[in-house]
Amino acid sequence: MIFPKLKVLRSHGTQYIPDLERVELTEEFRGRPELTETGDRGDLERAARRCPTGALSAAPFALDLGRCMFCGECARMAPRNIRFTNDYRIGSPTREGLVLRPGDTRVAFPEEAVRPEVRRFFGRALQLREVCAGGDASVEMELGATGNVNFDFGRFGVGFTASPRHADGVVVSGPVTRNMAEALEICYDAVPDPRILVACSTEACSGGLYAESRAVDRTFFDRHTPDLWLPGVPTHPMTFIDGIMTLLGMKRRTQC
Amino acid sequence: MIYRITNNTAPAVALDDIPVVSYAAFYDDLAARLRDERYHVAHYFALPDEAEAHLRFFCLLLDDAAAEVLLTSFVMDYYAECPLPSLTALHPQLHPFEREIAERWGVRFEGMPWPKPLRFPCDRADRTSTIDNYPFYRMEGRALHEVNVGPIHAGIIEPGAFRFICNGENVLHLEIALGYQHRGTERLMTATDNRLRQVLLAESAAGDSSVAHATAFAEAVEKLTDGAAAAAALAPERAVAIELERMAMQIADTGALCMDTGYQLGQVACEALRTMTINTTQAWGGNRFGKGLIRPAGTDHPLTAEKAAMIRGNAAEIARRYAEVCHDLRTSPSLLARFEQCGIVPRTEMVRIGGVGQAARASGVARDIRTTHPWGLYAGQPGRETITEEEGDVMARLSVRCRETAQAAALIDRLLDGFAPAAPVRPDYDAPLRPASLAFGLVEGWRGETCHVAVTDSAGRIAAYRIKDPSLHNWMALALAVRGEGISDFPICNKSFNLSYCGHDL
Repeated sequence: MIFPKLKVLRSHGTQYIPDLERVELTEEFRGRPELTETGDRGDLERAARRCPTGALSAAPFALDLGRCMFCGECARMAPRNIRFTNDYRIGSPTREGLVLRPGDTRVAFPEEAVRPEVRRFFGRALQLREVCAGGDASVEMELGATGNVNFDFGRFGVGFTASPRHADGVVVSGPVTRNMAEALEICYDAVPDPRILVACSTEACSGGLYAESRAVDRTFFDRHTPDLWLPGVPTHPMTFIDGIMTLLGMKRRTQC
Repeated sequence: MIYRITNNTAPAVALDDIPVVSYAAFYDDLAARLRDERYHVAHYFALPDEAEAHLRFFCLLLDDAAAEVLLTSFVMDYYAECPLPSLTALHPQLHPFEREIAERWGVRFEGMPWPKPLRFPCDRADRTSTIDNYPFYRMEGRALHEVNVGPIHAGIIEPGAFRFICNGENVLHLEIALGYQHRGTERLMTATDNRLRQVLLAESAAGDSSVAHATAFAEAVEKLTDGAAAAAALAPERAVAIELERMAMQIADTGALCMDTGYQLGQVACEALRTMTINTTQAWGGNRFGKGLIRPAGTDHPLTAEKAAMIRGNAAEIARRYAEVCHDLRTSPSLLARFEQCGIVPRTEMVRIGGVGQAARASGVARDIRTTHPWGLYAGQPGRETITEEEGDVMARLSVRCRETAQAAALIDRLLDGFAPAAPVRPDYDAPLRPASLAFGLVEGWRGETCHVAVTDSAGRIAAYRIKDPSLHNWMALALAVRGEGISDFPICNKSFNLSYCGHDL
């Protein structure tokens, strides 16, 4: 009974990532894109027409990460104009911050856009209630992974809690379905002030593929403005960790 | 003959070649055939014709013994009021399909024993039926109480409402009300001609089964575009992708079962192993869930010799470590005390409700599309072993996970041994679709039978698209599993199935 356990322990060794700051994702990972202006707009216009969510605009040339599905098709169709890097630091405190233009070398994280009370109250500990409102389970699994044995986000005092009464904020995933809209509102209401709101995944940021669906009701975001926007399909655990730490002032966004 | 017989590798079928029979003939034949468990219904849905004058009902019946797919249809006046005799009354496996048809089109099924809404779609016939007044089953009695869970659950998971009727600690009845995740996926599939957008929608039908759903979409589209040659060249890569997804999720659920029994060593070991598996997928295609790996008639991430070697090495190491974890779980009496004889779904019940996939196999029902209706790579592997267990309890479902992970790793190892990369072919998003045809993609994802059906109109546009996640059948199995159990065993019963909410709600 004990020997199999020792064997498992020995095989696994140490699993946690000692320094999350130094995490580098595989070259294949599609993170922050870099846009380059060239004289010829032909490729770009064709890529914009193919873009599944209209995230890419050829004139003016811009790519909205809040709508981007990170499928990488535009970079294949217009390789001289668009290149996806493996930079996972793509969260922003403003929705506009997710719109990238030629020459941008990072997703902006303007410090003045962070409400002062966020850092004053939650700088040392943050408990969040996750609400899935049409998320496809991949986002939820990645959020669960932030607390797992590898990422261990709990070491910074950040975690997820079951009751909204115990929470300091809400993380929304999914485009917000009509059938979940009321439950989401009730849950958010149950979180005491001061509280934060995080939109996690491209679907939460803009509705993503479901932006025009009749089954979606995004009026929640008309009434409440997120403090942090985290794109991704799904949002990578490192994007979430980096976004929350930058929001709380535990780190600053510099270029990579 | 009231069926057009086809199989899982044949091209699309012209709509005119699908027999149109009377409902009486359909009813009689299906009622008789479904008594034999070699048959089960893979899909059954209704579509309005282009003039919206008639509803045409299509049924895909699988014959596991002969590896055949039987197609038939019947027609009903769009505004007809006459009810149809319910087949669910004889064969409960039809309940989700009849409920969907009733909810969507207002068709009445007479004698339907469970006439409940299925998913509250945005285009439902009865707008007064809303998700906050779901008609839960009630039982009267001073000793009974109800427990409501959801739609928001305690953990970081998808929403759904569970209503337990309990006698003390014992669950007499569990009813699961879904629909909170309904995003209108099927409708969006037909609202666009952008095939890239369509494949992304298929991938997001259930994000933890992205590869399975994208494969089903690609298979269906390739049958409509004669893309079979391109698909054949990609068959080994697609098999590696779907088996990696299977490994990742089986390991994740093993970890979840350990978490819910408070066994931390098993939990963290499985978390680490899952990370290793999905990072392998990410190093291949840039996404931890395999989004982007499967595209119609081509690929953006061709498997190179280096990547093949990396995947092969990682899969072998993961399988080795996971086997140690499984051995540990099987030899821990405190875990066995929780898992054995808990949440039993007997074989007869599993057949009656039309259970599929790993949950059915854990109850001794050998349904596995890879064996019974093989596609792609699996078509060239006769004599493939279908993993089954007999007990139908939580432990059996865990055992199926352990054994399937080893089987998946062995297949990956065999496929990638001396892997010769195919000449890379870019995906084809523009090939014209055969007009007025029906094509299906039928694959075995990690949860089970995943079925996509595309119907094109006379102009070659996708006029209707139907997605079936295996969860559609298996939610009923979870409801049956917890009957008579203590309510505190619900979490491990639930995790032992790990069904999809969004795959059900679409």
